[in-house]
Amino acid sequence: MADHAHVETLALREQFDTAAQQKDASTLGMWIFLITEIMFFGGMFMVYTVYRSAYPDVFAIASSTLNVYIGAANTVVLLCSSLTMVLAVRAAQLGQKKAIVTFIVLTLILGFVFLGVKAYEWNEKFQEHHIPGLSFHLEEVAPGLQGQAQLFFSLYFAMTGLHALHMVIGAGIMFVLIRHAMQGRYNAEYYTPVDVGGLYWHFVDIIWIFLFPLLYLIDRHLKG
Amino acid sequence: MTGHHHIDSVKTYVFVFLALIFATVATTAVAFVDLGRFSVVVALAIAVCKMLLVALFFMHVRHSTALTKLVLIGALLWLAILILVTLSDFASRGWIGTLGR
Amino acid sequence: MITAAAQEREHYLNASYGLKSWLLTKDHKRIGLLYLMTVTLFFFLGGAFATLIRIELLTPQGDLVSSDTYNKLFTMHGVAMVFFFLIPSIPATLGNFFLPMMIGARDLAFPRINLLSWYLLVIGGLFSLAAMLAGGVDTGWTFYTPLSTSYSNTWVILTALGIFIAGFSSILTGLNFIVTVHRMRAPGMTWFRLPLFVWANYATSLIQVLGTPVLAVTIVLLFCERVFHIGIFDPKLGGDPVLFQHMFWFYSHPAVYIMILPAMGVISELVSTFSRKPVFGYGFVAFSSVAIAVLGFLVWGHHLFVSTQSVYAGMVFSFLSYFVAIPSAIKVFNWTATLYKGSISFATPMLYAFGFIGLFTIGGLTGLFVACLGFDVHVHDTYFVVAHFHYIMVGGTIMAYLGGIHYWWPKMTGRMYPEGWAKLSALVIFLGFNLTFFPQFILGYVGMPRRYHVYPEEFQVLHVLSTAGASVLAVGYLMPMVYLIWSLRYGAVAGANPWGASGLEWQVSSPPPKHNFEETPVVTTDAYDYSKVMGEVIEVG
Repeated sequence: MADHAHVETLALREQFDTAAQQKDASTLGMWIFLITEIMFFGGMFMVYTVYRSAYPDVFAIASSTLNVYIGAANTVVLLCSSLTMVLAVRAAQLGQKKAIVTFIVLTLILGFVFLGVKAYEWNEKFQEHHIPGLSFHLEEVAPGLQGQAQLFFSLYFAMTGLHALHMVIGAGIMFVLIRHAMQGRYNAEYYTPVDVGGLYWHFVDIIWIFLFPLLYLIDRHLKG
Repeated sequence: MTGHHHIDSVKTYVFVFLALIFATVATTAVAFVDLGRFSVVVALAIAVCKMLLVALFFMHVRHSTALTKLVLIGALLWLAILILVTLSDFASRGWIGTLGR
Repeated sequence: MITAAAQEREHYLNASYGLKSWLLTKDHKRIGLLYLMTVTLFFFLGGAFATLIRIELLTPQGDLVSSDTYNKLFTMHGVAMVFFFLIPSIPATLGNFFLPMMIGARDLAFPRINLLSWYLLVIGGLFSLAAMLAGGVDTGWTFYTPLSTSYSNTWVILTALGIFIAGFSSILTGLNFIVTVHRMRAPGMTWFRLPLFVWANYATSLIQVLGTPVLAVTIVLLFCERVFHIGIFDPKLGGDPVLFQHMFWFYSHPAVYIMILPAMGVISELVSTFSRKPVFGYGFVAFSSVAIAVLGFLVWGHHLFVSTQSVYAGMVFSFLSYFVAIPSAIKVFNWTATLYKGSISFATPMLYAFGFIGLFTIGGLTGLFVACLGFDVHVHDTYFVVAHFHYIMVGGTIMAYLGGIHYWWPKMTGRMYPEGWAKLSALVIFLGFNLTFFPQFILGYVGMPRRYHVYPEEFQVLHVLSTAGASVLAVGYLMPMVYLIWSLRYGAVAGANPWGASGLEWQVSSPPPKHNFEETPVVTTDAYDYSKVMGEVIEVG
C-alpha cells in the first residue's frame, strides 16, 4: 500500500496516495466552495426577491434608468471571457503551454473590460444622484417612494459590487495562473489549478447571467 | 475515481458560446415585450438555460462524477429553500387572523 | 515515569520543536491542539461574562451593573460561547485530530486550508475581543434590527466583523471534512464501516457549508444598513426588520445542529466503547445525523413565532419542528439499546455520556414544548427558553465535549488523567449544571423574562439557587483544567488502547506518529468490532 514515503510534488502532495485522488479532491473542494458562494449570493438574491415583489412598480421604474444596452454588451464581454477561459483549460488538457497563457491573458483582459464598463456605469449613477445615501433622488418617482427606489439601488450596488469584488479576486487568480503557466508548471498530467480557476471564473459569470435580467430588465416594456 | 478525460472540441465550445450570445440577445429583446406577469418567468427561464449551458459545457458538469452533480443540485435546492420559504412568510401574512380573536 | 524506549519513539509532538513548527504546521493533530487551546480561552471568557450575569441576578435590583452594561454582558457571553467556543469546539478539536485517523488517512484533504481555518478563528476572535475591550456590544448575540442597525451605539460592526471572519473558519473546516470523507478513506473503509463520529462530523460539515454563508451575507447587509443606511431593514425606508430575523435564523437554527451533532457523534463512540458493544441500529444513527442536518434547515421560523411572521408560516414551521426531533430521539433510543446487555464500565467518559443522554433528553423534550406555537407565545423570551437551550448546549454539547476530551486524552497526549479526580469533577459538573439551569425552567414558566436584570422579589429564591449552581459548575469546569494539565507531566503513561476500543485511531501508538499510520490500513471489518480488539482494558469503576 502507498505510504508517506513518496516525495511530495505539486501533483502529488504527501496526504494523497495518487495524483488522480488529489485532482478529484481539489475539484470537489472547489465545487463545495462554489456552493458556499451560491448560498452567499443567494442571500442577496433572496432580499432582492422579497423587495421586488413588495414594490414591483418602483423597482421597474428604477431599473429602467439603467442602460440596458451597456448591460447587455457587458454580459457579452463576460460570456466571451468564459469562452476564452474554457479554451485555456482545453489547452492545458492538451499540454499547449503558449495557448494556455494566451487564453488566460485574453480572459483577464476581458475581465478588465467588464470592470471598466461597470466603473463607467457606477459613475453615471453617481452623476444622476442614484447612489443610496443623503443625496439620493430618483426623479421618476414620487417623494413618498424615494425609500423604495433607494432600496432598488442599494441592491443594485450591493449585488454588482459583490460581483465586481469576486471579479477582482478572479483577476488575481488569473495573474497567478499566467505566471505559473509561463513557468511551465502545467501539462496534460497536471493542470488542476487552471481547471479550478476556470470553475471559479465561470461561476462568477453565472452570477452575472442572473444579475443582468434581474437588475436591468424589469418590465422594460413599460418604458420602451 | 476520476470524472473526465474527455476533451471537448473547440467547435463544441464555440457553439455553446453562440447559444449563450443568442440567449442574451433574446432575453434583452423579450424584455421590451409586454408579457405581464410572465416577463420575469421568461427572463428567469432563459437565465437558467444559460446557467445550464455554462455549467454543463464550460464547467464540464456533463462529464463530471455523480457526486459533483449532486453537489450542484443540492446547492440549488438549498437556495430554493431559502428564497421560497422566506417568501412564503411574506406572501401569507393576513391569511389567518390573530389567534384567539 | 517515561521509559527510555518511549522517550526515543518519535511521534507528532516531538517530531519537531519550536514555535514556528506549531504556527506553520500542516499536521491536523497539531492544528486540533491549537484549536483546543483557542476555544478553551474563549470558553473561560464566555464563562467570565456568565459569572457576572449570575452575580447580578442574585438580587432583584439592578445593583451590580447598569442596564446598558447588563445588555453587554449577556451579548458578549452569547457571542463568545456560540461563535468562538461551541461552533468550533468538537469539530475543530476532536474532529480535526481524529477524523483523518478514523478513516485511515494521513491528514485532511487540504492541510494548509486547515491551518488557515485556525488563523481565521483566531483573527475573528481578536476582532470580537477588541470590541469587547473597547466597550462591548449590547444588542444580544442575535443582533436584531433595528436596534443593531439604527439605535445601538456600541461596537456592533467590530463584533460582527469578528463573527464574519470566524464564519469562514467554520466554512473551510466543513469543506475540508466533506472532501476528506469522500476522497481519503482507506481501502475497505466503506461509508457504512465509518465510525459514527465521522458520520456526525460529515453531517455537521454539510450544515457549515450550506448555512454559514447566509450568516456572512446577513452580516454584510447589517454593515451596509448600519453604515450607509440603505434601508434594507428600516421600515421608514420601506425595509422590513423581520427580514433580518429570517436571514439570521436561516443560519443560526442549523447552527445549533452544528453544535449538537458532533457531540452526538462523540456519545456514539463512548456508549459503544464503554458497553463493549456495537452501536445498536448503526444505519439508523448514521442516517439520523444526515436527517438532522437536512431537516434542521426547514424550521428556522420557530424563532420568529411572535415577530409578526405570518401565522400560517408559524404553523408550518411549528409542524416541521416536531419532525426534527424524531432523528434525535432515534439516537437516544439507539444509545439506550446499545447499553442493553452490554459490558458497561463507568469510566469518566461514560459518566459524561450518561449525563449527556439524560440532560439532552430533557433539553430536547423542552424543545418540543417551545416548538408548540401556542405554548411558545407564553414562554418566548423567558428563562424557559434559556433553560431549554442551556440543557442542550451545556448539558448536552459540553458534557459530550468533556467526555470526548477525557476519552481521547490518552491517545492525544500519551498520558492518562487521574480517574478519581475526573469522576469527581464529572459529578460536580452534573450537580452544578442541574442546580444552575433547572430553576430557570420554573423561572421562565412563571414569567421571568430573559435579558432582564431587574425582577420581582418573588423570583429571587430561584435566581439564588441558579447562581449557587453556577458557582458549583464553575468549580467543576476548573478542575479538569488543573488535572489535565497536571497529567501532561505526571499522569500515567498510556498505551495504544487503554479502553479496549475499536477504531483505527486506537491501533497506533499514543501519542500517534506524525503521519498517523506507518502503512495505509486496509479495513475488513465493520465499525465497533470488538472481537478483533487486543487492547489492554483498564479496570475502572
